[in-house]
Amino acid sequence: MLRLRDVVQRSVPPRNSPLYSGLWQRDGYKTQPGPQVTEQPGLKRFSTAEATVQTGAGHPCRMREKSLTMASLSPQVKAVEYAVRGPIVIRAGDIEKRLQQGGNESFTEVIKANIGDAHAMGQQPITFLRQVVALCCYPELLQSPSFPEDAKQRAQRILQGCGGQSLGSYSASQGVECIRQHVAEFITERDQGVPSDWNNIYLTTGASDGIMSILKLLVSGEGSGRTGVLIPIPQYPLYSAALSELDAVHIHYYLDEDSCWALDIEELQRAYLSAKQLCTPRALCIINPGNPTGQVQSKKCIEEVLHFAYEENLFVMADEVYQDNVYSADCHFHSFKKVLYEMGPEYFNNVELVSFHSTSKGYTGECGFRGGYMEVLNMDPQVKEQLVKLLSVRLCPPVPGQAAMDVIVNPPREHEPSYAQFIKEKSSVLDVLAQKARLTEQILNSVPGIKCNPVQGAMYAFPRIFIPPRAIQEAKARSMAPDMLYCLKLLEETGICVVPGSGFGQREGTYHFRMTILPSPEKLTVLLGKLKEFHLRFLEEYSQEGAQSSSLHREEGVQSSSLHREEGVQSSSLHREEGAH
Amino acid sequence: MNHGTALLWKRRALSSLSATRRGLPKEKMSENGVSPRAKVLTIDNMNPTVKKVEYAVRGPIVQRALELERELSEGMKKPFVEVIKANIGDAHAMGQQPITFFRQVLALCSYPELLNDSSFPEDAKSRARRILQSCGGNSMGSYSASQGIESVRQDVARYIERRDGGVPCDPDNIFLTTGASDGIVTMLKLLVCGEGETRTGVMISIPQYPLYSAALAELAAVQVNYYLNEEKCWSMDLSELQRSLDEARRHCNPRALCVINPGNPTGQVQSRQCIEDVIRFAAKERLFLMADEVYQDNVYAEGCQFHSFKKVLFDMGPEYSDIVELVSFHSTSKCYMGECGFRGGYMEIINLDEEVRAQLTKLVSVRLCPPVPGQALMDLVVNPPQIGEPSYDKFIKERTATLSVLAEKAKLTEQVLNTVNGISCNPVQGAMYSFPRISIPEKAIKEATDKGQQADMFYCMKLLEETGICLVPGSGFGQRDGTYHFRMTILPSTDKLKILLNKVKEFHQKFTEQYS
Repeated sequence: MLRLRDVVQRSVPPRNSPLYSGLWQRDGYKTQPGPQVTEQPGLKRFSTAEATVQTGAGHPCRMREKSLTMASLSPQVKAVEYAVRGPIVIRAGDIEKRLQQGGNESFTEVIKANIGDAHAMGQQPITFLRQVVALCCYPELLQSPSFPEDAKQRAQRILQGCGGQSLGSYSASQGVECIRQHVAEFITERDQGVPSDWNNIYLTTGASDGIMSILKLLVSGEGSGRTGVLIPIPQYPLYSAALSELDAVHIHYYLDEDSCWALDIEELQRAYLSAKQLCTPRALCIINPGNPTGQVQSKKCIEEVLHFAYEENLFVMADEVYQDNVYSADCHFHSFKKVLYEMGPEYFNNVELVSFHSTSKGYTGECGFRGGYMEVLNMDPQVKEQLVKLLSVRLCPPVPGQAAMDVIVNPPREHEPSYAQFIKEKSSVLDVLAQKARLTEQILNSVPGIKCNPVQGAMYAFPRIFIPPRAIQEAKARSMAPDMLYCLKLLEETGICVVPGSGFGQREGTYHFRMTILPSPEKLTVLLGKLKEFHLRFLEEYSQEGAQSSSLHREEGVQSSSLHREEGVQSSSLHREEGAH
Repeated sequence: MNHGTALLWKRRALSSLSATRRGLPKEKMSENGVSPRAKVLTIDNMNPTVKKVEYAVRGPIVQRALELERELSEGMKKPFVEVIKANIGDAHAMGQQPITFFRQVLALCSYPELLNDSSFPEDAKSRARRILQSCGGNSMGSYSASQGIESVRQDVARYIERRDGGVPCDPDNIFLTTGASDGIVTMLKLLVCGEGETRTGVMISIPQYPLYSAALAELAAVQVNYYLNEEKCWSMDLSELQRSLDEARRHCNPRALCVINPGNPTGQVQSRQCIEDVIRFAAKERLFLMADEVYQDNVYAEGCQFHSFKKVLFDMGPEYSDIVELVSFHSTSKCYMGECGFRGGYMEIINLDEEVRAQLTKLVSVRLCPPVPGQALMDLVVNPPQIGEPSYDKFIKERTATLSVLAEKAKLTEQVLNTVNGISCNPVQGAMYSFPRISIPEKAIKEATDKGQQADMFYCMKLLEETGICLVPGSGFGQRDGTYHFRMTILPSTDKLKILLNKVKEFHQKFTEQYS
């Protein structure tokens, strides 16, 4: 007996090839020549160049066609793009291998500044966290005198929450109960008393998993009823990848590069309105502090966003994984939840909000453990049941990652033996990051043709780079995004691996790259020095005549001064706002 | 408090757009009942494919079991003193002890200071060093490659070669996963395309492990059922495969065939001949083969042996091994280690189209990497202590103890269940479950139907309420119409299992009497 799904005939809109869909095909990282995306301002539906791919034909030796080929591959999977681990990174891996095998390069090592992977860049783990995880893995160590008492207590508490007192048991699908309680306590403390109910906490496999799960719930409808999701441009490409996989409509709102990548409500509205004619916008994603853009949102801006979401009935997804990574003295992290609470019960009881956090960033940088949580507010109880069901299919988030999350939300307290060392380690990591954030901005801004907003938070600089027209032409001839060409050349000539801005999205005609600030200060200084040299060389190589490059400088001078003016205005109005509370 | 009035934002024409204009249901109240405002996300407008997902292993019975546990702990009176969860293959939760060596290495990897601790054996330390050396910055806190740590993939490949008597295995074909489930869902994702009659169909066994049906529902693929033969110890029947495929071809485009061996929930171990037949069938019908082999170490019955699909495929010669697209899944969660919480696993993919492989690598890269502690554990499973190493004896002792106790419990379960009138149970040849058939009296079926319940759900719910035993009804796995089953794990300790089986026996007799 067959159980056939209800066959939904989907009216598939004509699909264009996405800008870089071909990047993954690895043959020189070329995009497929073909129609470019018809850009609705702020609205682009990444889709696939389906049916253009011939299979088997290129492989005459193949006797028989595979059952799974590019032609029969899921079109949603085909549409997925994820530049942070894209072709540049694959190329970097190849070069690294060549270096190991004694290959000749003009550099001795590949520096991977493509991904926020702190430990890989030499950051040391927090001792207390690792002690607790080790104790949980091998509870015999609870007898060992070399472990501090507070670490043992934490480990015992976690193990008590595990079936058979073992990290090897499945946990509840929402996560270990006592860890969820600790998360709720942490949030309450962070938000100065705004209540948090542990029943609203779901532990996740890194933040990505939580984001994906929530998006899954939201996507429905066909044609103009299809769910649209507002995401910033530039964005962290998990969002675009997830939306492509779910076949939801990407709605782009552009961050304002000239105002330090601030979120502009008018732009949000424009994006929303233009999308509304083509799909049903239902959710709004915000990354704060920003990835890849490093801005920290002001409280006023968050209020405006929440008000907008309230008015337009949007589900708010706040990616707050960098909440501990704020470096600029005049910036503070404001959680969406706290701001929502302060806007009063009409907002707090209504706006559907999910906030994501993770073990991977902050001062711990424990990416490999895949720990995270989300707090879900005002979700319809029936939908919540569906969420629990959905999560249960994957059984549970990795329990060691849950344990790591527990330590982050329940670190050593002042009176406990590990406190002094913990604080020392934590502040040293954060201080160094702050120092590197400044260093990166300063050096990049000293390079003609590179302009970098302050790295207020998170772990990345996303500088704008000037690419000479001749280089743009060459990139086009090679069916490549100009900043891809730039980054590829940078990699090949210097061993520095950064991600082209096109992987995150950017205003047409502008070019950027994302680099992490994670290498050690010494290495970072070397990296920035090399980058500077490369950029100058690149400009020279592709410049046609001196006049053009000086006109660039003139233009940039104007822009950056207008930038400063604007910033002054904004920050003074911000201060007024905050003073009024 | 700032009610938004302080917002400097000029009022927009569009701010008057209310929920009603968007046609959202208005009747839903917010949790505190104050506001009549409709939610953005409701049961009516959420993703319909998510709604269709069902996963009985953690379904309503289990929710109720948790409630009962809470009630018990709050001192409420029940006809039992504890809830016994035999619903899920969660070995450690049932008291199985972890393998010491594995946990030592994991502790060492987590906190490398312990490498200076003389109480850890040298082989554990050398394993830990090797794993850490392959991690960025020598830390488990780094992201690994999306496909998994290279040295772990190499160890997996060597393990497969040993297991399969020398059939070569390329580490590039190995992808580490977040438990086997993650791998299965990922492969299914690749396969699903088309609309209407060209929509991908995936053949799954009935009874099946409900991850498959859940994943297919979520992906809106067509579930194509083939029935295992209960009369022949749940074996796979070629003519049934053909029937199922032919029927499905009228409605969809069947492209993949999933096989679980040893079987979950059915506990059968496939014969070599049967595997050959299945491979021939897949080759003939051009089906992508997905072999769920997570119970490969869990074979108990005399005369049964685990044969990997890969080995059989290669034994059948290049005519098959060059063409059949096969993926095999393994995991850290089952076998003798039972490390479910670490979410470790791998898949080996053979004959995958090169371009598709690049797409797969891209897809898994979005999730960054499988949890590194789970990868470390997977490494230990495929590269355990060797003869001559200090931890070898202890490791073998622990592993053998666990597996022989499981074998004993498999036999015990089958025996006791078969003594009950109205329960018939196939031998538990492998895996961790028995899936006995139960006869449910007409009156009980009627009562269940009146309550809008499956008859075996009704049965299991009553069993839970009266005895505290938590099982999963057969309807959660699929079964032939008019037959009823439940799945129970054989994981409780032998003493507890005996009690459990006797309670089931008593309950069944009482139930039959009550409804006869």
